[in-house]
Amino acid sequence: MLLFIEQVLNGLQLGFMLFLLSAGLTLVFGVMNLINLAHGSFYMVGAYVAATVMQASDSFVLALLVALFTAGLCGFLVEVIVLRHLYKRDHLDQVLATFGLILFFNEGTRMIWGRQPLFMQVPELLSGSVEILPGIPYPVYRLVIIAIGLAVAIGLYLLINHTRLGMRIRAGASNRSMIAALGVNIRWLYSLVFALGALLAGFAGVMAAPVFAVESGMGESILILTFVVIVIGGIGSVKGALLGALLVGLVDTLGRAFLPDLLQMFISSGANSIAASLSSMGIYLLMAVILAFKPRGLFPA
Amino acid sequence: MKSKLLYSSVVALSVLMAAPVSAAVKIGMITTLTTKAGYLGEDIRDGFKLAIEQGGGKLGNVDVELMVEDDGRKPGKGRQIAERYIKSDKVKIMTGIVFSNVAMAVVPKVVKDNVFYISPNAGPSALAGKGCHENYFNAAWQNDNLHEVMGQYVTDAGFKSAYILAPNYPAGKDALAGFKRFYKGKVVGEVYTKLGQSDYAAELANLRSTKPDAVFFFLPGGMGINFLKQYSQAGLNKTTPVFGPAFSFDARILKAVGDAAVGVHNGSQWNFDLDNATNKQFVSAFKEKYGRMPTLYASQGYDTANLIGSALKATGGEPQNMVDFRKALEKANFDSVRGNFRFGNNHHPVQDLYVREVVKDSTGIHNKTVKKVFSNHQDAYAGSCNL
Repeated sequence: MLLFIEQVLNGLQLGFMLFLLSAGLTLVFGVMNLINLAHGSFYMVGAYVAATVMQASDSFVLALLVALFTAGLCGFLVEVIVLRHLYKRDHLDQVLATFGLILFFNEGTRMIWGRQPLFMQVPELLSGSVEILPGIPYPVYRLVIIAIGLAVAIGLYLLINHTRLGMRIRAGASNRSMIAALGVNIRWLYSLVFALGALLAGFAGVMAAPVFAVESGMGESILILTFVVIVIGGIGSVKGALLGALLVGLVDTLGRAFLPDLLQMFISSGANSIAASLSSMGIYLLMAVILAFKPRGLFPA
Repeated sequence: MKSKLLYSSVVALSVLMAAPVSAAVKIGMITTLTTKAGYLGEDIRDGFKLAIEQGGGKLGNVDVELMVEDDGRKPGKGRQIAERYIKSDKVKIMTGIVFSNVAMAVVPKVVKDNVFYISPNAGPSALAGKGCHENYFNAAWQNDNLHEVMGQYVTDAGFKSAYILAPNYPAGKDALAGFKRFYKGKVVGEVYTKLGQSDYAAELANLRSTKPDAVFFFLPGGMGINFLKQYSQAGLNKTTPVFGPAFSFDARILKAVGDAAVGVHNGSQWNFDLDNATNKQFVSAFKEKYGRMPTLYASQGYDTANLIGSALKATGGEPQNMVDFRKALEKANFDSVRGNFRFGNNHHPVQDLYVREVVKDSTGIHNKTVKKVFSNHQDAYAGSCNL
């Protein structure tokens, strides 16, 4: 039972990590109707910059700030230089262009930082573990990721539903030409939304850097999960992204944790590798089931 | 008409001019230089190049021309490159492949076309047993070797139970099979994870609950970095020692993992501190040329080049007579950075295997050789090879 609670916590933690990534992606898709495969690149930029600054300055706060700024700036520049010209083109063109951006960013990090994966340690204050339940120490840093995910969720909710900027974002999503006619500079609004999305991805990258390998191409391995999240949640919905991320995190973690034992009760040989294959299918099964009942995701925007 | 004549004479001339250059023996290297695993191929190539450079552009006193192509970790691409090497470049010696799946797509085909393939890394079991071939040599190890040595070491060290994990793909299964072949204790958990997985929280929680005496893992590349970081963040490194093959503890990975790797024992056929003259000059020459510590992959590239050099020296150039060249390769008459080195009947190394410990001192984090576990160890498949 204790183990189950611990695994649920692990699932939530993975879910919040995915939420940080998918919130930006779903926002960009919903508001700007743009498919951005290069979202994982901003995650990578965040992680690389954070690791570099942390190594140089030994300050996590500084690393966080510089990384957020750089990721946001990268997003802004990418929007202005590349993506702005693609809004009127169809999705295939956007996919091709943003795939090109992935290659660009991956090679770019290789040229700047080399092939050596970077090292980033958990900030002193957040290292170590607390005993959340008797006999189960849990790393503080992972609890912090959960807390930050929650905070970002609340912050985004307030931003989108209770500010003037949020109102414009929502208006831009539902009718682009009307809001432009009303005198809102939609171009800059889009740049801003895109930069915000990139900044959130960079944030996820910073949080991931001490836990995961900081290496060129790290964005792609997590990008697929992120797309599953926003498809499940309903493309364009931040609320959907939150719920989708938590669902994916839980299903993935619990599947990995308990399927092997479960299968072993029924089959004797080879249960381990069958369980491994099944649990990696878990999230896609989840997606298929949800889409069968709700073809536009849980919260269609 | 006139222009045609001019054209053909130009062609004839250029062929004449090219003739002396083509006297160099061509060596075709297919390796992985892009993707996350690009540093493996980079180190193999750099080790190989170092040997050529030390020979003044020659291996075994014979001029060589090294051609390098990137397979992008894709079997299909590796095969295309191999075909091009054979058809248009008339290459007779190939090497370089990092990954077993690429090797399986390339090696069986090229050795049938009378090309010698000398592997500097991948050693899939399928090429060591029944599928062995007279033109295929492996200068690194059979894939299971570095796991077998850990199985023996963990047994010797008296750990009664072990929790073992690897990615869910053929090399992962071979790894755990190799470990279990020599591990005599109880395996309390055998887990296959997703290839490319980054979060190991679920596995770590399960692992903690089974209370094993030891943990053995094979998670190459970034997966291993993720696992080791999270293992120590979960506080498990204080209670349960972790063991693995050298693949997760090369000089580059150690830099990315940091303190979380300190104290881990890992199995290897080579380390920078092995005490022999060849190794000492290799390590210092590599550091001087490339400004970084060599990994085991670099050492394998270097040995492969010198092995080829020894055969070129014995035959005096391009392998005209395949039998002579093969016999020369079989003798493995070169100074290996590993010290002892000879080939078994299946053209795989019979060599010593060591356990190393990750230590931290004033020069940084690196591996220290702890003890020799196997002397003249031969792989488990040699018996079913008919060579």
